[in-house]
Amino acid sequence: MIDVLIIGGGNAALCAALMAREAGASVMLLEASPKIWRGGNSQHTRNLRCMHDEPQDVLIDAYPEEEYWQDLLKVTGGLTDEKLARIAIRASSSCRDWMRSHGVHFQPPLSGALHVARTNAFFMGGGKALVNAYFRSAERLGVKVRYNAQVTDIELDEGKFVAAHVGEHEVDGQRFAAERIEARACVLAAGGFESNREWLREAWGQNERGEWPSDNFLIRGTRFNTGILLRRMLDLGADVIGDPTQAHMVAIDARAPLYDGGICTRIDCVSLGVVVNRDGERFYDEGEDFWPKRYAIWGRLVAGQPGQQAYSIIDQQAIGRFMPPVFPGTTANTLQDLARQLKLPQEKFVKTVEDYNNACRVGTFDHTALDDCHTQGLTPAKTHWARPLVKPPFYAYPLKPGVTFTYLGLATDETAAVHFNGKASPNLFVAGEMMAGNVLGKGYTAGIGMAIGTAFGRIAGVQAAASVGFGVSSVNTESRHATV
Amino acid sequence: MQLFDPQASGGLIPVLNLDESEVQRQMTICNACRYCEGFCAVFPAMTRRLEFNQADIHYLANLCHNCGACLHACQYAAPHEFDVNIPKAMAKVRLDTYAEYAWPPVMGRLYQRNGLTLALASGGGLALFLCLTLMLMGNLFTAIPGGNFYTIFPHNTLALMFGSVFGFAVLALTMGVRRFWRNVSPVAAPLPLKTSAALEATGNVAKLKYLDGGHGEGCNNADDQFTLWRRRFHHFTFYGFMLCFAATGVATLFHYLLKWSAPYPVLSLPVMLGSAGGIGLLIGPAGLLWLNLRRNPAHGDEKQKPMDRGFIALLFLVSASGLALLALRETSAVGLMLAIHLGLVMAFFLTMPYSKFAHGIFRSAALLKHAIEKRQPNPINAGSD
Repeated sequence: MIDVLIIGGGNAALCAALMAREAGASVMLLEASPKIWRGGNSQHTRNLRCMHDEPQDVLIDAYPEEEYWQDLLKVTGGLTDEKLARIAIRASSSCRDWMRSHGVHFQPPLSGALHVARTNAFFMGGGKALVNAYFRSAERLGVKVRYNAQVTDIELDEGKFVAAHVGEHEVDGQRFAAERIEARACVLAAGGFESNREWLREAWGQNERGEWPSDNFLIRGTRFNTGILLRRMLDLGADVIGDPTQAHMVAIDARAPLYDGGICTRIDCVSLGVVVNRDGERFYDEGEDFWPKRYAIWGRLVAGQPGQQAYSIIDQQAIGRFMPPVFPGTTANTLQDLARQLKLPQEKFVKTVEDYNNACRVGTFDHTALDDCHTQGLTPAKTHWARPLVKPPFYAYPLKPGVTFTYLGLATDETAAVHFNGKASPNLFVAGEMMAGNVLGKGYTAGIGMAIGTAFGRIAGVQAAASVGFGVSSVNTESRHATV
Repeated sequence: MQLFDPQASGGLIPVLNLDESEVQRQMTICNACRYCEGFCAVFPAMTRRLEFNQADIHYLANLCHNCGACLHACQYAAPHEFDVNIPKAMAKVRLDTYAEYAWPPVMGRLYQRNGLTLALASGGGLALFLCLTLMLMGNLFTAIPGGNFYTIFPHNTLALMFGSVFGFAVLALTMGVRRFWRNVSPVAAPLPLKTSAALEATGNVAKLKYLDGGHGEGCNNADDQFTLWRRRFHHFTFYGFMLCFAATGVATLFHYLLKWSAPYPVLSLPVMLGSAGGIGLLIGPAGLLWLNLRRNPAHGDEKQKPMDRGFIALLFLVSASGLALLALRETSAVGLMLAIHLGLVMAFFLTMPYSKFAHGIFRSAALLKHAIEKRQPNPINAGSD
């Protein structure tokens, strides 16, 4: 029998598999996707938020634990578990040598991302390169990897893991019968449910306009996170954490693909212009803070608008001051023409922009600082980078909510154990997005998902191996987390 | 293939062909992602642009070393609907540029069936020298005392034949790269900047910097695993070629300055340089062919394999025949071996401006442009992301 079964194929699953294997356990990893799509949302990631007390290779200055914690506290509005958060934070300061030992390479921040040079270590080639490196290392170490292996059910015996069931499936026209895989311990790291349209619909419900908002959501992440395993665990009575509508959710280009849009579908010019909804009205302060600190709230903001649509409008002055968008903008030499092309109510739209233009109090424009350009007497206000939109051509980018991953997950503790009625399972553990909600109740800050996934993936792997007699006992895990 | 719009000379923007449009489409996706910036020079060069015109595309295509790293790391590679494959898109345009910038222009057509071009040139070269040998010697199997092949072909005859063909090849390549350089609109820069840029570009060529993967573990060949062997075998090939070139140069100096004519003893400088280079030119091409046969089919442009393999094979045969000539020069096989070697070398020289050989010239020019422009401030200030 296999010692440790890992369900999932992203960063957390791979970290768990590698740690369990390094502890001496025999390990099998089940990835629901075909090989070509392996890695879950990790293939779309690009960096790891890292605590460090002094400059470290690609990281400049210092990013101490307390500052990291305060940043996390701020974005989550307190919806976080301090103990687990600090475990992830501390682990981020020392895990990179281990990552390197499995073939992950780091590089200085990408151009256009210098603002995170202090806090985030970038993966050379991005998350897919990291996933490739981990899979190579896992196979070299003898981890058995199986693709197209969607786990549909978990067999439990009073909170103890017994076996996983892989559903009947078809690969390239070949049928594979359903299968029962026993193991002595198991790590669940199969992601959230963002690609499950019905579940999103159920979670978001119907709004006061009679719309089902989630029907208009795009998924930035993998098409394979359908939440089948998560739903099964909830049905089996595993302790749950988080709100099903909470997610990493940004405003992305409405023309992005339905799944796997990844990073390049983002629209980065919001803070340089205005954003209007389908009715041609502004609805939020576009210049509240730097875009990287605000992009994660705009998905929900757009989700609240009629038709879950909005348009980011800029003029010629903004060109070259933001990361180039993947789709071309709608261009017009007059606001009237722009409204006509976007099918917005012309008069209303022009009035919105003119009201904004008249309210602008332009000081010294500086898109690299929280400058003094703001509006006066306008609701909602624009508090920075407020410059009248007067220089044609005007550009418009359509926005929709883009879900990266959902936060609803399984409640856990510092051992990453799955809990049933407050009691820890002796041999069933959880990692990655399936438990990130313990730390991230809402909001987001760049690179935190990979920090949680790496920390708890590794803990889950160590704990799973230990639960079947390999490596350290659960007693001294705390010190091990801090040092491995 | 016509890459330039004939109407474009009046300052209009040239219309892109299909291959170029595909690079433009993919670069727009990459420029919004940028995860691959650490791999090579293409992506940092890309971030200096918001739009990609024909000159940019020709430049970037020749900057790409087809290492494959960005394809294996790409979240937008097929089966993703964005279908990004930079090595392939760049390879297609690269071939178009070899043909487009070939001089005289009509010879660019030789790139359409480059395997055939090299085969015909080799066949022609061999036939020519076999016939000449037969004409001059009456047979192919007469031993020559001391292996002095100048008794078959006088030194000056060979010097004239090969000198003029080689001279033409250099001229053609120079004309081609000059037009390429002008069309990729190099940035104006002060001399000290250009000097340090030239030093860096030379280093990048000499070290094959961009086959190191950006992390030193090498490029991709069969799969997402990294390997340094492509770089190493290319080094064997490149430095083997340079040693052979040096051997010829030294021998020429010996001949004219020291009045010391070939054949030289085995322990003389020209023979030692030539032997070392010849061995490099056996190991290198053999290794490159071995890797080429195992190359992931998604890398680059499958249709260019005849050009790549034909060139590799010709290099290998030039070297093998040269070493065989050295080994057999005191036997009755000298005439035959000399004819074969000279025929193959002639084929190599003749096709230099119209074969894969050109990649080194255009890539070096692209690397120089990159070294120049990276020393200048980035015109795009994207600020935050």
